[in-house]
Amino acid sequence: MGDLLEVHGLTKRFRGLKAVSEVGFAVPQGAIVALIGPNGAGKTTTFNLIAGVFPPDEGEVRLAGRPITGLRPNRICAAGIGRTFQIVRPFAGLTVEQNVVIGALARESRVDAARAQAHAVLERLGLADQAGRMAGSLTLPDRKRLEVARALATRPTLLLLDEVLAGLRPTEVDRMVEVLRDLNRRDGLTILLIEHVMRAVMALSDRVVVLDHGERIAEGTPAEVVADPRVIASYLGSEAF
Amino acid sequence: MNARAAVLLALFAGALAVAPLVADRYVLSVLTTVLWFAYLGQAWNVMMGFAGLLSLGHALYVGLGAYVSAALFVHFGIGPWLGLWAAMLAAGAAGAFIGVLGFRFGVRGVHFALLTIAFSEVARISFDHMAWFGGSGGLFIPVAADGGDPLNLRGSPTLFYYVILVLALGALALARLLLHSRLGYRWLAIREDPEAAEAVGVDLFTARIAAVVVSAALTALGGVFQAFYFSSLFPEQVFSMGRSIEIILPAIIGGIGTVFGPVLGAVILTPLGEVLAWALEVSGLDLPGLKQLFYGVALVVIVVYRPDGVWPWLARRLGLGAGDR
Amino acid sequence: MAGNPTLPFQRVPWMSFDYHLNIVASGLLTGLIYGLAALGLSVIFGVVRVVNFAHGEMMVAGMYGAVLLSGLAGLDPVLAAPLVAAVLFVFGWLLQRRLVNRFVERPEHMQFILLLGVATILLNALLLVFGPDSRSVQVPYGFDTVELGPLLLDEVRLRAGAAAIVVAAALFAFFRFSRTGKAIRACADNPLGARVVGLDIDRLYALTFGIGSAVVGIAGTLMVLLVDARPQLAPEYTLLSFIIVIVGGLGSLPGALLGGVLIGVSEALAGFLLTPSLKTLFSYLVLILVLLVRPQGLLGKRS
Repeated sequence: MGDLLEVHGLTKRFRGLKAVSEVGFAVPQGAIVALIGPNGAGKTTTFNLIAGVFPPDEGEVRLAGRPITGLRPNRICAAGIGRTFQIVRPFAGLTVEQNVVIGALARESRVDAARAQAHAVLERLGLADQAGRMAGSLTLPDRKRLEVARALATRPTLLLLDEVLAGLRPTEVDRMVEVLRDLNRRDGLTILLIEHVMRAVMALSDRVVVLDHGERIAEGTPAEVVADPRVIASYLGSEAF
Repeated sequence: MNARAAVLLALFAGALAVAPLVADRYVLSVLTTVLWFAYLGQAWNVMMGFAGLLSLGHALYVGLGAYVSAALFVHFGIGPWLGLWAAMLAAGAAGAFIGVLGFRFGVRGVHFALLTIAFSEVARISFDHMAWFGGSGGLFIPVAADGGDPLNLRGSPTLFYYVILVLALGALALARLLLHSRLGYRWLAIREDPEAAEAVGVDLFTARIAAVVVSAALTALGGVFQAFYFSSLFPEQVFSMGRSIEIILPAIIGGIGTVFGPVLGAVILTPLGEVLAWALEVSGLDLPGLKQLFYGVALVVIVVYRPDGVWPWLARRLGLGAGDR
Repeated sequence: MAGNPTLPFQRVPWMSFDYHLNIVASGLLTGLIYGLAALGLSVIFGVVRVVNFAHGEMMVAGMYGAVLLSGLAGLDPVLAAPLVAAVLFVFGWLLQRRLVNRFVERPEHMQFILLLGVATILLNALLLVFGPDSRSVQVPYGFDTVELGPLLLDEVRLRAGAAAIVVAAALFAFFRFSRTGKAIRACADNPLGARVVGLDIDRLYALTFGIGSAVVGIAGTLMVLLVDARPQLAPEYTLLSFIIVIVGGLGSLPGALLGGVLIGVSEALAGFLLTPSLKTLFSYLVLILVLLVRPQGLLGKRS
């Protein structure tokens, strides 16, 4: 199989400043690709461009060969991309179940079928016993899992995860890594993730794309990337690794 | 809904169904008003409570429904059972128009609320100048001399009572149905977080328009009832800002976004107003404004101490589970 | 009225240019008072981020304050303004401290509803105290006119407009030059940052709400020179202030003044060229147009 997601020459300016500049990379079908880089490197902006939050000034995004550049987020979701938000935003006033049912309704028009599907997803992420709780009352790790569950319920072919491991304790990180690996291996789900937890990046990803100052500075296997002097310089230049 | 809630609801509906057998004319008129406001609150709740769209101009849709059905009857003898479709169509179209304008241009929150006020004020002033609708002098529906013509919604207070009872219960059922539908889930998602909703595939524009149109059309039906119940319409009254506020009070006091909230709010408010009016009259304090002053105090007390409304709190107290079902 | 098809666009006999200029000028002067009222709303919204739904009620309270002081002490409304302003400042301060402050973080519609309740209480309290009939003030220059080149203007309008300019200028100066004014502006730009550098946000919010209330109270005292005080005016003035603030740009102080003048002039022209009862319609159409074409208002910044 070829590339599921292709990003070419993506550029976005905010008030004249280039947040993302001619970024290009590909996510092969069935792979887990990590997008890393220091804070302010343009990772989340790249995500938002792919997910349709705002259109790029230049460049193109293709999903399974089809151009999806500049589509609204709901159309991108329909095309097969599920996403989580860096700052988790579950529907706080609704129950965990309702949250995931809404996700499932993206592809399912019958509510009872969506509910059944939601339960399967909650089971998978270990949230089944929380189904009746208000999403706003969950702990941070649970909210992160809910965020993944909701995105997963939309039955995406590509999952965009924006720092779902940040703020988790090591045991919780391991658990989430396990879930993600399982989704990738068993269901063949392709994943693109932004991550700061390098241990997880090394363990999970097949390929790593490094951004700095809005530009792609390196790409390769995890081992190649951490050995790349430009990558090391970019991190040392800004913050501790 | 658990078994206890189902029994309570059945008892409540049953009591309302037999009420005309025991109630006198006055009590019946109060109950009719309660149910009318419960109905309108329910219709408004579809926009605010479900989809998170604040409308402060719902008098517009009541007025359009009332005027369209009344004018069709007065000018062409078209009865309300036919006229209500035209009324709902007119209000739905007006809602869609405001929605399309507002949402296409990204008018949100307080600005959207002001847009709704603006349109209802424009309607008030325009209807004042439209002779076909009676202008500022009012539009009057002739009262049937022979005392009854149910086909044209001309008849006794009991007839009106049962009509509004059916409407209110119907709206209750519809609200519940909508809330548990695909569209309802999407509305809730938008209410909670539009951006996150969009990311899980919700088309904000169409879902929001659907909320405005459904709410407007339902509200217009309440307007049709008003026209034939009161038999007279004045733009100054029908489209007034005060009316818009009266419509939203029951839903706020009962609980925004809940199905039973508007009913409970109307049950609390209307009799409270009547009792107040009576108490003020008896005590010789019947001054203009005192009753509304109490309404204002009640409103402030409710939003400060029970910001979610009375229903969620009461439902917990009665052991009915989560108050939002 | 029924059955009488009113033409919205009545044919007006041709009038002299001077006549039109007069209408524009008096609309402009009235608009300055509108603008002052809207300035109060804009200040509160710009800083506390709460839309004061009781704004018109406060303005009418100011009108009655002037009526009262004129009746009791024979005080000219322009001179009564500082006293009325002081009372409304305290009212606004307490309102923010006791009620609104706990709603600052709550959803918009809850704030709206709270202030709707406050507006209802104020309006009906005014109705109870002063009754539904109009009250006016008598000033010795009530019927005087002033000739200014081609213009013939009412003295009351001229004085009211001039006073409105003075108050607006004082307000601008306060926000630009005073320490407290600068602190309030910092707090409006970035509440979190302001808290971090140690500003007492709750106090600044209360101060702002007080200032906004005082300003609209002054607008009320000046308005009573032109219009008789009636409780029923309150919702009208609330809506009018909203319209002006949105037309001018939410949070923009010069915008509020500009919007006020614009609405004042367009009202005056509409009342003259069309039938007077349609003049408010005109304001609403301006509002709808602005909301659609430039939702941030004429001088507002895009958020």
